[in-house]
Amino acid sequence: MRGILKLAYKLLVNDKAKFTALIVGITFAVFLMVQMMAMFAGILNRASATVLNVGASMWVMDPAVQTVANTIGMPDYVLDAVKSMQGVSYAVPFYSGGALVKLNDGTYQAVTVVGLDDTTLFGRPPLLQGRIEDVYGENAFIVVKDTEYRKLENPPVGAEFEVNDNRGVIVGIAEVSSQSLFGVPTLYTTYNRALQYLPNPRFTTSYILVEPKQPSDVARIKQQVQALGYLALTRDEFIDRISDFYKYQTGIGTNILIMTVMSFIVGLSISGQTFYTFVLENLEKFGALKAMGAKSRELIFMILFQASFTALTGYGLGIGLCAGLISLARVRLPDYAAMITYWNLASAFVMVVIIAAVSSYFGVRRVLRIEPFEIFRG
Amino acid sequence: MPVPAITATKIEKWFGEGEARMQALREVNLEAYFGEMLYIVGPSGSGKTTLLSVLSGILRPDAGTVSVEGTDIWSLGGDALADFRLHKIGFVFQDYHLFPRLTTVENVAVPLILKRTDWDQAVASARKYLEVVGLKGRENLTPVKLSGGEQQRVAIARAMTGQPDILIMDEPTASLDGDTGQAIVEFVKQNVLNDKRSILIVTHDDRIYPYASRILKMADGRLNGTEKGSV
Repeated sequence: MRGILKLAYKLLVNDKAKFTALIVGITFAVFLMVQMMAMFAGILNRASATVLNVGASMWVMDPAVQTVANTIGMPDYVLDAVKSMQGVSYAVPFYSGGALVKLNDGTYQAVTVVGLDDTTLFGRPPLLQGRIEDVYGENAFIVVKDTEYRKLENPPVGAEFEVNDNRGVIVGIAEVSSQSLFGVPTLYTTYNRALQYLPNPRFTTSYILVEPKQPSDVARIKQQVQALGYLALTRDEFIDRISDFYKYQTGIGTNILIMTVMSFIVGLSISGQTFYTFVLENLEKFGALKAMGAKSRELIFMILFQASFTALTGYGLGIGLCAGLISLARVRLPDYAAMITYWNLASAFVMVVIIAAVSSYFGVRRVLRIEPFEIFRG
Repeated sequence: MPVPAITATKIEKWFGEGEARMQALREVNLEAYFGEMLYIVGPSGSGKTTLLSVLSGILRPDAGTVSVEGTDIWSLGGDALADFRLHKIGFVFQDYHLFPRLTTVENVAVPLILKRTDWDQAVASARKYLEVVGLKGRENLTPVKLSGGEQQRVAIARAMTGQPDILIMDEPTASLDGDTGQAIVEFVKQNVLNDKRSILIVTHDDRIYPYASRILKMADGRLNGTEKGSV
């Protein structure tokens, strides 16, 4: 069968014009599909950045919370109640809110302030410079060195600044695995200092971070939290909830889905039509092979191989092109939110397989219908 | 007594339906023998190509039997029939049907590749057959770079490379000038025909009649006489 595959390969690639058109069509379609999905994945990843960076196993919140940035304060008794629940190893408060930093030139820069539990500093980011214990110092903040860091004029350790008209001092520079969606720098401090510096509503606890004693305690903790009128989610569930919000309630998901489907249709149209034309142009030759003694299944195999080879080559090139352009974009735009995930790759692969299957289906139908006698009749 | 390679008995073939239905072959009986070059001649529409297709296992007759080397080919299943064509029959099509994207030598190797011969081995074997048909040095050219006569010789080499017992040639000189056509047929008679092979040629080119062992005349779907030779 290797010889027949090689024959199919040569018939395909030696027709350079058609092969190029096929490859360009599929590459372009894959590029568009993956690019759309990568942009969406990047947005979703950044939307869940705080959840990913803090790394808590469970998050307790108001049931109306849809995204990590959209916090609704909970009264202090909830923290005490959660701490005393069965199955809870420990629970700490967590604050997340917005503030304004006054820059040297007198302008203001919005920042996200994260308040970590004073006792444990649970969820603290790894430091690049400075010492974590310095966060207990007067007016101390840790700044995250991500692509937004420059918006605070790259403050070094020891730099002083104004945050909400209060004095602040940078005592450490940290890094995080995932940066925020909203394009603002992030400052970490203690929970109580965050409450002092930021204007507070009546209830101040944004989230309660919970560590269950055992994984099997998760369900029980959820039930107990629900009985209090609040919501407990595992880290993955919270990420899914945030993703669902952006997918279904912002229009972003619908738009991306439409663009992805359009890319798929464009790819299917270009590749399907070109491949079908390729088969039609070779129809007599397939008929000649049939007359010479090629079996129908061998001809089907040849066509499937040609379609698969084209599809997979286009898939690889499309992914490569997308990855290259994302890398290039990041050189110029460090904030560029796009990431190629395994899910993106798998989705694009499925779509490419569908393109190959549909393209080859019509070709196979024509080849199976051709009678070798027609070759004799000319 | 010559050994029959093909025995066709009471072959009938109809085309079309309803009022358009017409009979292409009418109770055709025929025997082709090893070692002979048998021509089937007749005007256009007389049923020559249809008969050739029935005899070579690519068009099922509506009635009658075709026995090749003792096997009733139309009792075979689809795959067995394809195998029969692959191993027993060599085709030279009127329009050659060479693959324009393959080199000459790769074109010639196609039947061997269909027989699952290793690619390199098939190409090496094809090279020898190209040499036989006088196309040494043209192996790596594509068919479009060859003349009509050269393309015909490539088609003959392709038909020979599977070492078939029966060679079917449909209007082998139709696309060639008179001298080239005669040269091709003469070449086939001298280099391809042997005691273990039967060659059937459909033609209406009377310039190549002198090379025939026998000539069967066909008209209106019937074989109605022998123009030359006898068994």
